[in-house]
Amino acid sequence: MLIARVIGELVATQKHASHEGRKLLLVQPLNLDGSDRGDAVIALDAVDAGVGDRVLLVTEGFSAMTAVGRPQSPIDMAVIGFIDQIDLLPGAD
Amino acid sequence: MYLGRVVGCVWATVKHPAMVGQRMLVIQPLTPELQSTGKHLVCLDATGAGTGEIIYYVRGKEASFPFLPAEPPADATVVGIVDSVHLKRPPKAAGGRNPVHKKARKC
Repeated sequence: MLIARVIGELVATQKHASHEGRKLLLVQPLNLDGSDRGDAVIALDAVDAGVGDRVLLVTEGFSAMTAVGRPQSPIDMAVIGFIDQIDLLPGAD
Repeated sequence: MYLGRVVGCVWATVKHPAMVGQRMLVIQPLTPELQSTGKHLVCLDATGAGTGEIIYYVRGKEASFPFLPAEPPADATVVGIVDSVHLKRPPKAAGGRNPVHKKARKC
């Protein structure tokens, strides 16, 4: 799982049926210091996250499909939780 | 899933039997600001996307799921056509990334 921040939403009318009824979020993975980690990705929303939230992102198919409740569907990323706080050892970031 | 733009089509006469009849598209990955990023790749098409359109695609084993019960040996598939992107962060400072390329030819 990755730490990430929701930075936007997508609107798509024509899409796979398994994606209907769920928000499509633009999510930016983050490093521990809060800086961007690679490019943003698109994830289905399993927890009703919104723009600006710091979230947990799964990037593997089985866990993403299970989180969204759509087995055997083309989903490889999902937002599965909000992060309230991260405790680190001093200097870990 | 990842954001991209359709920049072309691939035709292959001889291919895996499970891929017969499937369209193959050349995709340029995009950033949320719709700037090109990374290298092109070839995706199967599950939505009917056309050249020039902004799409999102899925990678990995999940790429073959839209075609069940057939199981084409695909590792990337276009699963949605993007109407609009609502981005709520300040755009990154120009970091040497190229602007979006010119619209591709019809194919």
